[in-house]
Amino acid sequence: MKFDTIIIGGGLSGLTAGIALQKKGIRTAIISSGQSAVHFSSGSFSLLSHVNGEAVANPLEAMKSLPAEHPYSRIGADKCAELAKSVPAFMAEAGLSYTGSADCNAWRLTPIGLFKPSWLHSVETAVAPCPDPKAWGKTVICRLKGFLDFYPGFLEDNLKKAGADVHTAVITTEHLDAMRRNNTEMRAPNIARIMRGAELHAFARAIKEAAGDAKTVIIPAVIGLDSEKPVEELRAMLPGIQLMAIATNPASVPGMRTQMMLRRHFENLGGTYFLGDNVTDGTVKDNRLESVRTANLGDDRMEAKTYILATGSFFSRGVVAAPDRIFEPVLGLDVDAPADRNAWFDKNLFAEQPYMSYGVHTDADARVSIAGKVLENVYAIGAVTGGCNALKDGCGAGVAILSALNVANKIS
Amino acid sequence: MDYQKQNISANDFEQCIKCTICTVYCPVAAVNINYPGPKQAGPDGERYRLKNPAFYDKALKYCLNCKRCEVSCPNNVKIGDIIQTARLRYDKSSPKLRDRILASTDFVGSMATKMAPIVNTMTALSPVKAGMDFFLAIDKHRQFPKYSGRTFVKWFKKEAPDQSVFKNQVTYYHGCYVNYNFPQLGKDVVKVLNAVGYGVNMLEKEKCCGVAKISNRLIDSAKKDAELNMASIRKAVKSGKGPVIGASSTCIFTMRDEYPHLLGVDNSDIRDDISMVIVFLYKLLEEGKIKLAFRPDFKMRIAYHTPCHMQKMGWAVYSKAMLKMIPGVDFIPLESMCCGIAGTYGFKKENYPYSQAIGQELFDAINAAKPDVVACDCETCKWQIEMSTPYPVMNPISIIADALDIEETKKLNSL
Repeated sequence: MKFDTIIIGGGLSGLTAGIALQKKGIRTAIISSGQSAVHFSSGSFSLLSHVNGEAVANPLEAMKSLPAEHPYSRIGADKCAELAKSVPAFMAEAGLSYTGSADCNAWRLTPIGLFKPSWLHSVETAVAPCPDPKAWGKTVICRLKGFLDFYPGFLEDNLKKAGADVHTAVITTEHLDAMRRNNTEMRAPNIARIMRGAELHAFARAIKEAAGDAKTVIIPAVIGLDSEKPVEELRAMLPGIQLMAIATNPASVPGMRTQMMLRRHFENLGGTYFLGDNVTDGTVKDNRLESVRTANLGDDRMEAKTYILATGSFFSRGVVAAPDRIFEPVLGLDVDAPADRNAWFDKNLFAEQPYMSYGVHTDADARVSIAGKVLENVYAIGAVTGGCNALKDGCGAGVAILSALNVANKIS
Repeated sequence: MDYQKQNISANDFEQCIKCTICTVYCPVAAVNINYPGPKQAGPDGERYRLKNPAFYDKALKYCLNCKRCEVSCPNNVKIGDIIQTARLRYDKSSPKLRDRILASTDFVGSMATKMAPIVNTMTALSPVKAGMDFFLAIDKHRQFPKYSGRTFVKWFKKEAPDQSVFKNQVTYYHGCYVNYNFPQLGKDVVKVLNAVGYGVNMLEKEKCCGVAKISNRLIDSAKKDAELNMASIRKAVKSGKGPVIGASSTCIFTMRDEYPHLLGVDNSDIRDDISMVIVFLYKLLEEGKIKLAFRPDFKMRIAYHTPCHMQKMGWAVYSKAMLKMIPGVDFIPLESMCCGIAGTYGFKKENYPYSQAIGQELFDAINAAKPDVVACDCETCKWQIEMSTPYPVMNPISIIADALDIEETKKLNSL
């Protein structure tokens, strides 16, 4: 099967690149080994949240001081600024309203009631211009009876410490009550499936009753699985109340919605998404990748002029650590990681772990290499490129999106 | 340092990181409160069952084996296989008479064919349906597929054109539905393959793929059929009449993947030679070995539904590409989701409401698309969609057979 470009990996980075390429009329296939880490989204994208442990106010400004090996430094701060500013409109084309600004972080409320600087926020995400919940006025946290993936105790404690006027109320509806019978499956996405029409009205009534004269209501993000519409409908049913949500894990509703809508947008633009398939090997000739083989298509090798590796970091198995080496499992690419195992980690679990920044080696053009030889038609984007500690610095989504757009610009 | 290599569990179950993505994509967990969901039923439950089989939960019978959990798993855990293996290993109850009847597609089919007009009339009568509902717990809302008066194999032996005139040969696995209920699909397969210069062979001996027996836990019988099918396929491939191709996605999936995973029947030497007609045609076209000419007057608005096992095999892309290739086709891809029937599952009274609830989103999407026909590669999806929407369902091969200009295609392939 032949395409112009094949992207290995169908998460945030792969989908962003795929959409950008299809928009240019480049026939693109994405091969995804199961669903992606976007399903664990906090509801926000971060561009740059911390540098040397300090909260970042202006990510575009702070980017300029990053070390040379950071993906942003390699793309170039000016180019990053330009690309970052294009992202809200890019998401809006897929039907996703992510709001925020690249030169001024806002503060997302975390599931335990702390505030973290972040860049773009999904339609429901609880966010404030500064880390001060007092501006929210009287606030009610609505706990859903029997729902285990939401932690109002932590939330209330920490918000109170920050000076909020907050308390927790327990709400339920007839339908939610029925779901409790199978509480291991009473998950945010399963709740979101039933939250429409009459059930959404019942939910709104329960919230209204619990809210009383409160100005702000915080709920777990259990609304709007495949579009933002139910969130808007629920807000319209609650006039005078600022309704905000906190993404839950596992499987966050804003994350699932983002993944699903980006994938649909990619397919509507003419892209082909192979879900649940694995690239098993590739054929390299004269420093070019000629074709890849997948588990499902077997002998029908997939061919393209250009390939993009968007397989993620250790969590998504884009890079793998064995007891004696760190390697890239799909094509056997060169990896930037020391041979000495003892250098990979710090024995203090909470210290900065060096392995977190390991990834495949790329040249100035974001192309990968095997045994020191650059593959002319294979690029790497997103977390697989390493060069930063996305968890510590809060730059995972930004690196995924900006590196994807940057590489998509190189391909014609 | 190779201790990690020793530490491999069956169906990769220790690779599960408890992320719950499988559960959110499970069509059953979304509608049936009694089903524990694939994570709980699969890898989580397996840890308990390994300690003590008494932890086996009968609710695992609600799994419809769509494998959508496996498709969504980021860590390649064979969740569906874990659940089905547990059902086969730990459920010691004897399968019900109803389940035995539903599962015995070859036996029931060969009997029913002999008395097709009577059987068809009888199974369509409401008192009979009510009786089957009451005595056998086969849901009265279900319509039994009509039996054909003459099997496909009989037609093929007596009336099919001489297949030995073709230079290229291939073998067709027709399956029970084509043989007993719907020979037209088999005739369409022969028509299309002949038009591009391929002679069609039958397997020396063909049995039901066994999917119905596996899901109803008639495992010894399923294994016997599987071994017979594998021996026949091996023989066809060795004698140069391969690959062995079918037009029904579940049969092909079962023989490729369920035989080794669930029945312990090794097929590794011939697995790559078992494929779908649509994939076979696509590859020949892409390699430039065959050409197709379509009728200029052919017009059809087609909504394509991806059957679960087509999704699992990753081959819906071929059906979509082939249908889009036909000029005059207005193509609507439907979101890939389960129709809810899962073969004999949806015929059972206790599953019927869940079966319809699972399919509702798909039925809504089809009704909104207002197609001329729904295309899909699976017969039980066909039954379900035809019972639940006003639209007819056709196999992509039958659509191609209708759309082809046979004479022109033969000329293009120098026949």
